Amino acid sequence: MAKVIVVTSGKGGVGKTTSTAAIGAALAQTGQNVVVIDFDVGLRNLDLVMGAERRVVFDFVNVIQGEAALSQALIKDKRVETLYILAASQTRDKDALTEEGVGKVIAELREKFDWIICDSPAGIEKGAKMAMHFADEAIIITNPEVSSVRDSDRIIGILDSTTDKAQKGEKIPKHLLITRYAASRASRGDMLNTDDILEILSIPLIGIVPESEDVLKASNLGSPITLSAPNSPAARAYSEAVKRLQGEKIEVTVPTDKKGFFDWLIGRNK
Amino acid sequence: MSFFSNFFNKKNTAPVAKDRLQILLAHERSSQTSNSDLLQKLQKEIMEVIQKHIAIDQEKIHVKVDRGNDFSTLEIDIEVPQQNKTNN
Ligand SMILES: Nc1ncnc2c1ncn2[C@@H]1O[C@H](COP(=O)(O)OP(=O)(O)OP(=O)(O)O)[C@@H](O)[C@H]1O
Ligand SMILES: [Mg+2]
Repeated sequence: MAKVIVVTSGKGGVGKTTSTAAIGAALAQTGQNVVVIDFDVGLRNLDLVMGAERRVVFDFVNVIQGEAALSQALIKDKRVETLYILAASQTRDKDALTEEGVGKVIAELREKFDWIICDSPAGIEKGAKMAMHFADEAIIITNPEVSSVRDSDRIIGILDSTTDKAQKGEKIPKHLLITRYAASRASRGDMLNTDDILEILSIPLIGIVPESEDVLKASNLGSPITLSAPNSPAARAYSEAVKRLQGEKIEVTVPTDKKGFFDWLIGRNK
Repeated sequence: MSFFSNFFNKKNTAPVAKDRLQILLAHERSSQTSNSDLLQKLQKEIMEVIQKHIAIDQEKIHVKVDRGNDFSTLEIDIEVPQQNKTNN
């Protein structure tokens, strides 16, 4: 049965789009049929992070408004056979995402895919609410930093009150994905640590993705990190998170700061 | 610093990022000013023409676009239904 997952955070720039791409690709790499959808109408970026920006013809809004069939708007990834992208509209506004229209598209996608990953825009406005509305489960992206944790808490409240599931009196399972985790700052005690965040938000942890240059390089190349640098610590963190999402029980490892000989040589401290 | 980063990175990713952005933005800017994307228009009209001549499900027409620097390509795949073969 298809699963609809929303990747959300409240706060902007915490890594939702990066994570949607990495998680979607990692799932597809295990042979699952996956579609990633950009809900950030007017400011689409998932196409760019996935390297599909030159191939967008029709988008999500075109489908909702009946200007294109869903199959025409789905862009097939060039690297992973079972991975598809549905781009956001760059020219319309977020009001184009109606509950009825989004619901219809999601229902149609449920017939074709195992996983439907919804990349939410920042904020708590209509776009964010539509991205989460039909979700079966949510991945909350949080950075180890006070305002991000606060916004995550807010988003958790909204997930529990306004979504389709919530309105039917059901609970929506939530997973915490901590991203941009800097081991050096953590060891200096200058960053909220994982236990603090877990204690405050009290939702289960699905992974910790280190702050890493590899992520930046991957987006430069337009390739999800799990494809472009599968052995990097960040890609491993995403692949493990995906296994947990699929129900495997694996211990979450907290990234550590592996210092090389070179760092030691030039006396670079942490 | 740049010596070291060039030395250790086999391939820099920034030039790729710049190329991708330049191509994308050139297309986005022009489609905003002329308020219509030529490729989208072409695709729409081509599909209308096809549907005028063949009773075909929209889903059987696959259009792929690749926007490039010097030129873009428009690739159209049509699954023509069996009975049309004999009609020809
Ligand atoms: N683990 C990481 N290490 C380093 N940089 C990262 C990491 N994750 C994300 N980034 C960078 O952070 C920036 C924001 O990421 P991204 O666009 O994924 O966030 P977002 O939550 O989708 O933002 P928005 O709210 O604007 O949609 C990007 O430049 C991205 O490359
Ligand atoms: Mg984003």
